[in-house]
Amino acid sequence: MHRRPAPTLALVLLTLGSSLPVSGCATRPPAGDAEATQEFRQTNDPLEPTNRFLYDVSDKVDRYTLKPVAQGYMAVVPAPVRNGLHNVLANLGSTVVFVDDVTQANPRRAIDTLARFMINSTMGGLGVYDVAADWGHPAHATSFGVTLALWGVPAGPYLFLPLVGPSSPRGVAGFGVDIAFDPFIYVPNGYGLMTLDWARYGLGLIDTRARVLGDLDHVKAGALDPYATFRSLYRQNLDSQVEAARNDSLPITAAAH
Amino acid sequence: MTIRLTRRNLLAVSGAAVLAAIGTPAWAQASPASSFVGQFATQLTGIVNGPQPAAQKKAALGPVIDSHVDVAKIARFCLGRFWITATPAQQAQYTTIFNQVLLNNIRGHLGDYRGVTFALQGETPQGANTLVGTAINRPNAPMANVQWVVDSSSGAPKVVDVVAEGTSLRLTQRSDYASFLSRHNNDISALLTALQRQLDAG
Repeated sequence: MHRRPAPTLALVLLTLGSSLPVSGCATRPPAGDAEATQEFRQTNDPLEPTNRFLYDVSDKVDRYTLKPVAQGYMAVVPAPVRNGLHNVLANLGSTVVFVDDVTQANPRRAIDTLARFMINSTMGGLGVYDVAADWGHPAHATSFGVTLALWGVPAGPYLFLPLVGPSSPRGVAGFGVDIAFDPFIYVPNGYGLMTLDWARYGLGLIDTRARVLGDLDHVKAGALDPYATFRSLYRQNLDSQVEAARNDSLPITAAAH
Repeated sequence: MTIRLTRRNLLAVSGAAVLAAIGTPAWAQASPASSFVGQFATQLTGIVNGPQPAAQKKAALGPVIDSHVDVAKIARFCLGRFWITATPAQQAQYTTIFNQVLLNNIRGHLGDYRGVTFALQGETPQGANTLVGTAINRPNAPMANVQWVVDSSSGAPKVVDVVAEGTSLRLTQRSDYASFLSRHNNDISALLTALQRQLDAG
């Protein structure tokens, strides 16, 4: 059995992030300005010029590639089919969520995820219908980045990575571990399984983008500085995911790395 | 911060559903903060789901927002440390523009949806404020968990923040303005110009 070099994507992104021609650090405010200094520390974005460059590039690439594809997908594929495909993708990803729940020492959530996988894979027609949610097992999003946060690993400085989006060194590490947790990356070459696997990644990307089409547009239209707004939204959403995992409270539906 | 999905909350929600089914608004039986949010959300969804054209909906939203949201307090919070450096004239101008910006944002988020429904999900204290949880359902969109931060310190309850999926509207707005100002030499008049331009464009 051949093992596909699955974390390649993450490695490429990491390498890209670290070898960019654009370098430079955010300018520290003068030492006398205590409030500005505190704000600078809280923002924790020392690579801001590089991150902003990558954000601008990603935004432009998105505008001409992923966004129109996602818009086409929304226009052509009827909502019930899109929901079904989303459910199938989410069901395939639940093995990773399960391992994350276990590493977060969260048995209730782990049982929920296991029950979801078993119910939706069978009664839900191979994951097309989210029957489990109606049976008291709602979905929750988490990642190994959240696990690392619960283990006390600090997030580190803010990073904006192409395709991945807002992240941090902890988020990137978690992203890599989540890829390694995914049993589908270990499918053997041949038999068309690899093609299915890549189709899953491609469809996952389109599905994710399509589900935030309106929201991203609203954020961009309403923000004076969309980069800073996305940074703030990402951090808050991630913090709430960590708190939700810590307190095992209501699920947060949007995933973040 | 977050609302725990306890058996009691589930019972409360299912109890509310039963009450709704027999014709009594779910929020009518809730605590003052939840009742206030329930009544506010009912008015909002009533406008959003109504048949009027977008312009009329926007006009109808204004008074509802004014009577339920402490816009001045949110405006001041969003300007953060720059509020005290602004002149009284700038503060007044900013508050007026902010009011419009907030209205536009709310209108943008509610969009042209029809069939928006909500359900109360219990409440938790947060310092002097109360967090009231709601589940918002929009057609063909994932269910959204939205928490309303209610401040009752002035006697009458007012919404001072909305937290959607863990992201606070006022915190996000504040970091947007702070970042803009830091890239524009902390010049408040530049912020006012940009906000006005944004309003004119919207």
